[in-house]
Amino acid sequence: MRINEFDVYADLLKEKSGLTLTPDKSYMIESRLSPVATQWGFATLEAMTVALNGIPDPALIKDVVEAMMTHETSFFRDFTPFEVLQDKVLPALIKERKDQKALRIWCAGCASGQEPYSIAMILSEMQKKLKGWHIDILATDIDHRILEDGERGVYTQSDVQYGLPVRRLLDCFDQTDKNWVIRDDVRAPVRFQYFNLLDSMAPLGEFDIIFCRNVLLYFDKKTRAKTLQRLQAQLAPGGFLCLGRDEEAEGFAQTKTYAPFYRPG
Amino acid sequence: MTHCLIVDDSRVVRKVVRRILEDLKFECKEAEDGEDALKSCQHQMPDVIILDWNMPHMNGIEFTKTLRSLSEGGIPKIIFCTVEYERAKIEEALASGADEFIMKPFDGPIIQSKLHHVGMLES
Repeated sequence: MRINEFDVYADLLKEKSGLTLTPDKSYMIESRLSPVATQWGFATLEAMTVALNGIPDPALIKDVVEAMMTHETSFFRDFTPFEVLQDKVLPALIKERKDQKALRIWCAGCASGQEPYSIAMILSEMQKKLKGWHIDILATDIDHRILEDGERGVYTQSDVQYGLPVRRLLDCFDQTDKNWVIRDDVRAPVRFQYFNLLDSMAPLGEFDIIFCRNVLLYFDKKTRAKTLQRLQAQLAPGGFLCLGRDEEAEGFAQTKTYAPFYRPG
Repeated sequence: MTHCLIVDDSRVVRKVVRRILEDLKFECKEAEDGEDALKSCQHQMPDVIILDWNMPHMNGIEFTKTLRSLSEGGIPKIIFCTVEYERAKIEEALASGADEFIMKPFDGPIIQSKLHHVGMLES
Protein backbone atom coordinates (compact mmCIF):
# COMPACT_ATOMS: atom_id res chain seq x y z
CA MET A 1 0.00 0.00 0.00
CA ARG A 2 1.37 3.43 -0.89
CA ILE A 3 1.80 5.83 2.05
CA ASN A 4 -0.43 8.49 0.51
CA GLU A 5 -3.34 6.01 0.56
CA PHE A 6 -2.86 5.59 4.30
CA ASP A 7 -2.74 9.37 4.75
CA VAL A 8 -6.00 9.87 2.81
CA TYR A 9 -7.90 7.48 5.09
CA ALA A 10 -6.17 8.56 8.31
CA ASP A 11 -6.99 12.24 7.61
CA LEU A 12 -10.57 11.44 6.60
CA LEU A 13 -11.25 9.40 9.73
CA LYS A 14 -9.68 11.97 12.01
CA GLU A 15 -11.70 14.79 10.47
CA LYS A 16 -15.04 12.99 10.33
CA SER A 17 -14.99 10.87 13.48
CA GLY A 18 -11.98 11.76 15.64
CA LEU A 19 -10.71 8.21 15.17
CA THR A 20 -6.93 7.92 14.96
CA LEU A 21 -5.68 5.39 12.44
CA THR A 22 -2.17 4.28 13.37
CA PRO A 23 0.19 2.61 10.87
CA ASP A 24 -0.12 -0.75 12.69
CA LYS A 25 -3.84 -0.73 11.80
CA SER A 26 -3.23 -0.02 8.11
CA TYR A 27 -4.30 -3.60 7.27
CA MET A 28 -7.85 -2.47 8.14
CA ILE A 29 -7.90 -0.24 5.06
CA GLU A 30 -7.61 -3.21 2.74
CA SER A 31 -9.80 -5.63 4.71
CA ARG A 32 -12.63 -3.25 5.58
CA LEU A 33 -12.66 -0.87 2.64
CA SER A 34 -12.29 -3.25 -0.30
CA PRO A 35 -15.95 -4.37 0.13
CA VAL A 36 -17.00 -0.67 0.21
CA ALA A 37 -15.06 -0.02 -3.03
CA THR A 38 -16.78 -3.00 -4.69
CA GLN A 39 -20.20 -1.89 -3.43
CA TRP A 40 -19.64 1.58 -4.89
CA GLY A 41 -18.53 0.16 -8.26
CA PHE A 42 -14.86 1.14 -8.06
CA ALA A 43 -12.58 -1.25 -9.94
CA THR A 44 -9.96 -1.08 -7.18
CA LEU A 45 -9.46 0.33 -3.72
CA GLU A 46 -6.98 2.73 -5.27
CA ALA A 47 -9.72 4.12 -7.53
CA MET A 48 -11.87 4.80 -4.47
CA THR A 49 -8.93 6.50 -2.76
CA VAL A 50 -8.51 8.79 -5.76
CA ALA A 51 -12.23 9.65 -5.65
CA LEU A 52 -12.02 10.39 -1.92
CA ASN A 53 -9.07 12.66 -2.52
CA GLY A 54 -11.17 14.84 -4.86
CA ILE A 55 -14.66 16.10 -4.03
CA PRO A 56 -16.26 12.90 -2.75
CA ASP A 57 -19.92 11.99 -2.38
CA PRO A 58 -20.86 12.52 1.32
CA ALA A 59 -22.59 9.11 1.24
CA LEU A 60 -19.30 7.48 0.25
CA ILE A 61 -17.53 9.23 3.12
CA LYS A 62 -20.24 7.95 5.48
CA ASP A 63 -19.81 4.37 4.25
CA VAL A 64 -16.01 4.56 4.55
CA VAL A 65 -16.14 5.98 8.09
CA GLU A 66 -18.74 3.42 9.22
CA ALA A 67 -16.70 0.54 7.77
CA MET A 68 -13.67 1.60 9.79
CA MET A 69 -15.52 1.68 13.14
CA THR A 70 -14.85 -1.04 15.71
CA HIS A 71 -17.96 -2.44 17.38
CA GLU A 72 -16.67 -4.89 19.95
CA THR A 73 -19.29 -5.12 22.67
CA SER A 74 -21.19 -7.55 24.88
CA PHE A 75 -23.87 -7.52 27.54
CA PHE A 76 -22.53 -6.40 30.94
CA ARG A 77 -19.06 -6.03 29.42
CA ASP A 78 -16.30 -6.23 32.08
CA PHE A 79 -19.02 -6.89 34.73
CA THR A 80 -17.63 -4.49 37.40
CA PRO A 81 -19.08 -1.22 36.01
CA PHE A 82 -22.56 -2.75 35.99
CA GLU A 83 -22.20 -4.22 39.47
CA VAL A 84 -21.11 -0.80 40.79
CA LEU A 85 -23.91 0.87 38.82
CA GLN A 86 -26.48 -1.41 40.42
CA ASP A 87 -25.07 -1.49 43.95
CA LYS A 88 -23.65 2.02 44.43
CA VAL A 89 -24.24 4.57 41.66
CA LEU A 90 -27.97 4.08 41.10
CA PRO A 91 -28.83 3.88 44.83
CA ALA A 92 -26.89 7.14 45.36
CA LEU A 93 -28.64 8.88 42.48
CA ILE A 94 -32.07 7.60 43.51
CA LYS A 95 -31.48 9.22 46.90
CA GLU A 96 -30.10 12.45 45.46
CA ARG A 97 -32.74 12.80 42.74
CA LYS A 98 -35.76 11.80 44.85
CA ASP A 99 -37.44 15.18 44.34
CA GLN A 100 -37.01 15.33 40.56
CA LYS A 101 -37.76 11.60 40.08
CA ALA A 102 -35.91 11.64 36.79
CA LEU A 103 -32.75 9.98 35.52
CA ARG A 104 -31.03 10.59 32.22
CA ILE A 105 -28.32 8.20 31.06
CA TRP A 106 -26.25 8.48 27.90
CA CYS A 107 -24.41 5.60 26.24
CA ALA A 108 -21.99 7.30 23.84
CA GLY A 109 -20.74 4.74 21.33
CA CYS A 110 -23.49 2.23 22.05
CA ALA A 111 -22.73 -0.06 19.06
CA SER A 112 -25.41 -2.75 18.66
CA GLY A 113 -27.19 -1.92 21.92
CA GLN A 114 -25.78 -4.40 24.43
CA GLU A 115 -24.64 -1.63 26.81
CA PRO A 116 -27.86 0.44 26.94
CA TYR A 117 -29.92 -2.74 27.21
CA SER A 118 -27.70 -4.00 30.07
CA ILE A 119 -28.46 -0.74 31.90
CA ALA A 120 -32.16 -1.07 31.04
CA MET A 121 -32.20 -4.60 32.49
CA ILE A 122 -30.75 -3.34 35.79
CA LEU A 123 -33.29 -0.50 35.92
CA SER A 124 -36.09 -2.92 35.09
CA GLU A 125 -35.10 -5.03 38.11
CA MET A 126 -35.21 -1.87 40.26
CA GLN A 127 -38.65 -0.86 39.02
CA LYS A 128 -40.24 -0.97 42.48
CA LYS A 129 -37.82 1.72 43.69
CA LEU A 130 -38.30 3.69 40.49
CA LYS A 131 -42.09 3.72 40.37
CA GLY A 132 -43.22 7.07 39.01
CA TRP A 133 -39.74 8.01 37.81
CA HIS A 134 -38.96 9.23 34.31
CA ILE A 135 -36.04 7.23 32.91
CA ASP A 136 -34.34 8.18 29.67
CA ILE A 137 -31.48 6.13 28.21
CA LEU A 138 -30.03 7.77 25.12
CA ALA A 139 -27.94 5.37 23.02
CA THR A 140 -25.82 7.03 20.34
CA ASP A 141 -23.33 5.89 17.76
CA ILE A 142 -21.69 7.25 14.64
CA ASP A 143 -22.57 4.12 12.60
CA HIS A 144 -26.13 4.13 11.19
CA ARG A 145 -26.11 0.40 10.42
CA ILE A 146 -25.08 -0.63 13.91
CA LEU A 147 -27.76 1.67 15.38
CA GLU A 148 -30.35 -0.22 13.32
CA ASP A 149 -29.11 -3.47 14.87
CA GLY A 150 -29.54 -1.95 18.32
CA GLU A 151 -32.99 -0.65 17.45
CA ARG A 152 -34.04 -4.15 16.33
CA GLY A 153 -32.84 -5.61 19.64
CA VAL A 154 -32.45 -9.10 18.17
CA TYR A 155 -29.43 -11.08 19.34
CA THR A 156 -27.96 -14.43 18.38
CA GLN A 157 -27.49 -17.36 20.73
CA SER A 158 -23.81 -16.48 20.83
CA ASP A 159 -24.44 -12.78 21.64
CA VAL A 160 -26.58 -13.57 24.69
CA GLN A 161 -24.05 -15.94 26.22
CA TYR A 162 -21.30 -13.37 26.73
CA GLY A 163 -21.94 -11.56 29.98
CA LEU A 164 -25.64 -12.27 30.35
CA PRO A 165 -26.70 -14.53 33.24
CA VAL A 166 -29.27 -17.08 32.07
CA ARG A 167 -31.97 -15.89 34.50
CA ARG A 168 -31.70 -12.37 33.13
CA LEU A 169 -31.92 -13.81 29.62
CA LEU A 170 -35.18 -15.55 30.48
CA ASP A 171 -36.58 -12.51 32.33
CA CYS A 172 -35.68 -9.84 29.77
CA PHE A 173 -35.84 -11.54 26.35
CA ASP A 174 -38.35 -13.39 24.19
CA GLN A 175 -37.10 -16.26 22.06
CA THR A 176 -37.64 -16.55 18.32
CA ASP A 177 -36.14 -19.84 17.19
CA LYS A 178 -32.42 -19.48 18.03
CA ASN A 179 -32.51 -15.69 18.38
CA TRP A 180 -33.45 -13.65 21.43
CA VAL A 181 -35.36 -10.34 21.31
CA ILE A 182 -35.21 -7.76 24.11
CA ARG A 183 -38.68 -7.41 25.67
CA ASP A 184 -40.66 -4.24 25.00
CA ASP A 185 -41.10 -3.35 28.67
CA VAL A 186 -37.34 -3.67 29.30
CA ARG A 187 -36.31 -1.65 26.25
CA ALA A 188 -38.93 1.07 26.77
CA PRO A 189 -36.56 3.75 28.22
CA VAL A 190 -33.92 3.19 25.50
CA ARG A 191 -33.87 5.36 22.37
CA PHE A 192 -31.23 5.15 19.65
CA GLN A 193 -29.94 8.22 17.86
CA TYR A 194 -27.12 8.98 15.44
CA PHE A 195 -24.51 11.20 17.06
CA ASN A 196 -20.92 12.11 16.23
CA LEU A 197 -18.86 12.86 19.36
CA LEU A 198 -17.13 15.68 17.44
CA ASP A 199 -20.46 17.53 17.09
CA SER A 200 -21.94 19.92 19.65
CA MET A 201 -23.26 17.97 22.64
CA ALA A 202 -25.34 20.83 24.04
CA PRO A 203 -28.56 19.84 22.18
CA LEU A 204 -28.48 16.46 23.93
CA GLY A 205 -28.97 18.13 27.33
CA GLU A 206 -27.57 17.08 30.71
CA PHE A 207 -27.15 13.54 31.97
CA ASP A 208 -26.89 11.93 35.39
CA ILE A 209 -24.66 9.17 34.05
CA ILE A 210 -22.58 9.08 30.88
CA PHE A 211 -21.10 5.81 29.63
CA CYS A 212 -18.36 6.43 27.08
CA ARG A 213 -16.45 3.18 27.22
CA ASN A 214 -13.71 2.10 24.85
CA VAL A 215 -14.35 5.03 22.52
CA LEU A 216 -11.83 7.67 23.59
CA LEU A 217 -8.94 5.21 23.28
CA TYR A 218 -9.31 5.50 19.50
CA PHE A 219 -8.82 9.29 19.66
CA ASP A 220 -5.49 11.11 19.79
CA LYS A 221 -4.48 12.78 23.07
CA LYS A 222 -5.74 16.25 22.13
CA THR A 223 -9.12 15.08 20.82
CA ARG A 224 -9.50 12.81 23.86
CA ALA A 225 -8.85 15.65 26.34
CA LYS A 226 -11.23 17.97 24.50
CA THR A 227 -13.96 15.33 24.31
CA LEU A 228 -13.60 14.62 28.03
CA GLN A 229 -14.08 18.32 28.81
CA ARG A 230 -17.17 18.41 26.61
CA LEU A 231 -18.58 15.26 28.23
CA GLN A 232 -18.02 16.86 31.63
CA ALA A 233 -20.06 19.87 30.50
CA GLN A 234 -23.01 17.51 29.80
CA LEU A 235 -22.97 15.99 33.28
CA ALA A 236 -25.64 17.22 35.67
CA PRO A 237 -24.33 18.27 39.11
CA GLY A 238 -23.36 15.09 40.98
CA GLY A 239 -23.37 13.10 37.74
CA PHE A 240 -21.13 10.15 36.97
CA LEU A 241 -18.90 9.28 34.04
CA CYS A 242 -17.90 5.72 33.19
CA LEU A 243 -15.01 5.01 30.82
CA GLY A 244 -13.46 1.79 29.55
CA ARG A 245 -11.15 -0.32 31.67
CA ASP A 246 -7.94 1.13 30.23
CA GLU A 247 -9.12 4.71 29.91
CA GLU A 248 -8.44 7.53 32.36
CA ALA A 249 -10.53 10.63 32.94
CA GLU A 250 -8.16 13.49 33.56
CA GLY A 251 -9.85 16.29 35.48
CA PHE A 252 -12.33 13.92 37.15
CA ALA A 253 -12.17 12.49 40.64
CA GLN A 254 -12.46 8.77 41.26
CA THR A 255 -13.44 7.76 44.77
CA LYS A 256 -13.05 4.23 46.06
CA THR A 257 -16.81 4.01 46.69
CA TYR A 258 -17.83 4.50 43.09
CA ALA A 259 -14.78 3.24 41.13
CA PRO A 260 -14.65 2.72 38.18
CA PHE A 261 -17.09 5.67 37.87
CA TYR A 262 -15.81 9.23 37.94
CA ARG A 263 -17.38 12.43 39.24
CA PRO A 264 -16.16 15.86 38.13
CA GLY A 265 -13.35 16.85 40.53
CA MET B 1 -7.71 -24.51 43.74
CA THR B 2 -11.23 -24.78 42.30
CA HIS B 3 -12.32 -28.34 41.51
CA CYS B 4 -14.42 -28.91 38.42
CA LEU B 5 -16.13 -32.03 37.16
CA ILE B 6 -16.70 -32.14 33.40
CA VAL B 7 -19.57 -34.47 32.45
CA ASP B 8 -20.08 -35.20 28.76
CA ASP B 9 -20.26 -38.40 26.69
CA SER B 10 -18.09 -36.74 24.03
CA ARG B 11 -14.39 -37.16 24.72
CA VAL B 12 -13.67 -34.22 22.41
CA VAL B 13 -15.97 -31.85 24.34
CA ARG B 14 -14.46 -32.97 27.65
CA LYS B 15 -10.98 -32.29 26.29
CA VAL B 16 -11.92 -28.81 25.00
CA VAL B 17 -13.58 -27.81 28.29
CA ARG B 18 -10.67 -29.23 30.30
CA ARG B 19 -8.19 -27.16 28.28
CA ILE B 20 -10.20 -23.96 28.89
CA LEU B 21 -10.55 -24.66 32.62
CA GLU B 22 -6.95 -25.69 33.17
CA ASP B 23 -5.86 -22.40 31.59
CA LEU B 24 -7.93 -20.76 34.34
CA LYS B 25 -6.04 -22.88 36.93
CA PHE B 26 -9.01 -25.10 37.73
CA GLU B 27 -8.39 -28.73 38.72
CA CYS B 28 -10.48 -30.99 36.48
CA LYS B 29 -11.99 -34.45 36.64
CA GLU B 30 -14.06 -36.03 33.89
CA ALA B 31 -17.11 -38.30 33.75
CA GLU B 32 -18.83 -39.85 30.69
CA ASP B 33 -22.42 -39.77 31.94
CA GLY B 34 -24.62 -39.02 34.95
CA GLU B 35 -23.94 -42.33 36.70
CA ASP B 36 -20.20 -41.94 36.37
CA ALA B 37 -20.51 -38.31 37.58
CA LEU B 38 -22.51 -39.33 40.68
CA LYS B 39 -19.82 -41.82 41.69
CA SER B 40 -17.21 -39.10 41.28
CA CYS B 41 -19.25 -36.66 43.43
CA GLN B 42 -19.76 -39.26 46.16
CA HIS B 43 -15.99 -39.71 46.27
CA GLN B 44 -15.22 -35.97 46.19
CA MET B 45 -17.75 -33.15 45.82
CA PRO B 46 -16.49 -30.65 43.20
CA ASP B 47 -16.99 -26.86 43.39
CA VAL B 48 -18.50 -26.65 39.92
CA ILE B 49 -19.88 -29.09 37.35
CA ILE B 50 -20.01 -28.51 33.58
CA LEU B 51 -22.80 -30.84 32.53
CA ASP B 52 -24.13 -32.18 29.23
CA TRP B 53 -27.86 -32.92 28.94
CA ASN B 54 -28.17 -35.92 26.62
CA MET B 55 -26.03 -38.83 27.79
CA PRO B 56 -26.50 -42.62 28.05
CA HIS B 57 -27.42 -44.30 31.39
CA MET B 58 -28.28 -41.09 33.26
CA ASN B 59 -28.91 -37.74 31.57
CA GLY B 60 -28.05 -34.29 32.94
CA ILE B 61 -31.49 -33.59 34.40
CA GLU B 62 -31.66 -36.94 36.25
CA PHE B 63 -28.13 -36.40 37.52
CA THR B 64 -28.90 -32.88 38.78
CA LYS B 65 -32.05 -33.97 40.63
CA THR B 66 -30.27 -36.93 42.21
CA LEU B 67 -27.22 -34.87 43.20
CA ARG B 68 -29.32 -32.11 44.75
CA SER B 69 -31.10 -34.71 46.93
CA LEU B 70 -27.81 -35.85 48.48
CA SER B 71 -26.36 -34.31 51.61
CA GLU B 72 -23.75 -31.82 50.37
CA GLY B 73 -25.26 -32.22 46.89
CA GLY B 74 -26.32 -28.58 47.01
CA ILE B 75 -22.71 -27.40 47.14
CA PRO B 76 -21.51 -27.63 43.54
CA LYS B 77 -22.55 -24.97 41.07
CA ILE B 78 -24.02 -26.72 38.04
CA ILE B 79 -23.61 -25.25 34.57
CA PHE B 80 -25.43 -27.12 31.81
CA CYS B 81 -23.53 -27.20 28.51
CA THR B 82 -25.74 -28.68 25.84
CA VAL B 83 -27.15 -28.49 22.31
CA GLU B 84 -30.56 -27.80 23.85
CA TYR B 85 -31.48 -24.12 23.42
CA GLU B 86 -35.23 -23.72 23.84
CA ARG B 87 -36.61 -21.58 26.66
CA ALA B 88 -38.61 -24.50 28.06
CA LYS B 89 -35.47 -26.67 28.21
CA ILE B 90 -33.50 -23.91 29.95
CA GLU B 91 -36.31 -23.47 32.47
CA GLU B 92 -36.41 -27.26 33.03
CA ALA B 93 -32.66 -27.31 33.72
CA LEU B 94 -32.91 -24.44 36.22
CA ALA B 95 -35.94 -26.05 37.90
CA SER B 96 -33.99 -29.30 38.33
CA GLY B 97 -31.33 -27.42 40.32
CA ALA B 98 -28.89 -26.03 37.75
CA ASP B 99 -27.36 -22.58 38.22
CA GLU B 100 -26.36 -21.63 34.68
CA PHE B 101 -26.84 -22.76 31.10
CA ILE B 102 -24.53 -22.79 28.07
CA MET B 103 -25.97 -23.40 24.62
CA LYS B 104 -23.45 -25.22 22.40
CA PRO B 105 -21.37 -24.24 20.52
CA PHE B 106 -19.31 -22.49 23.18
CA ASP B 107 -15.87 -20.97 23.56
CA GLY B 108 -13.52 -19.92 26.36
CA PRO B 109 -15.06 -16.46 26.98
CA ILE B 110 -18.57 -17.97 27.27
CA ILE B 111 -17.35 -20.49 29.87
CA GLN B 112 -15.52 -17.72 31.73
CA SER B 113 -18.63 -15.56 31.68
CA LYS B 114 -20.78 -18.36 33.12
CA LEU B 115 -18.18 -19.18 35.78
CA HIS B 116 -18.30 -15.52 36.79
CA HIS B 117 -22.09 -15.63 37.11
CA VAL B 118 -21.94 -18.59 39.51
CA GLY B 119 -19.22 -16.91 41.59
CA MET B 120 -16.38 -19.22 40.54
CA LEU B 121 -14.35 -16.60 38.70
CA GLU B 122 -13.62 -12.94 39.36
CA SER B 123 -14.01 -10.47 36.51
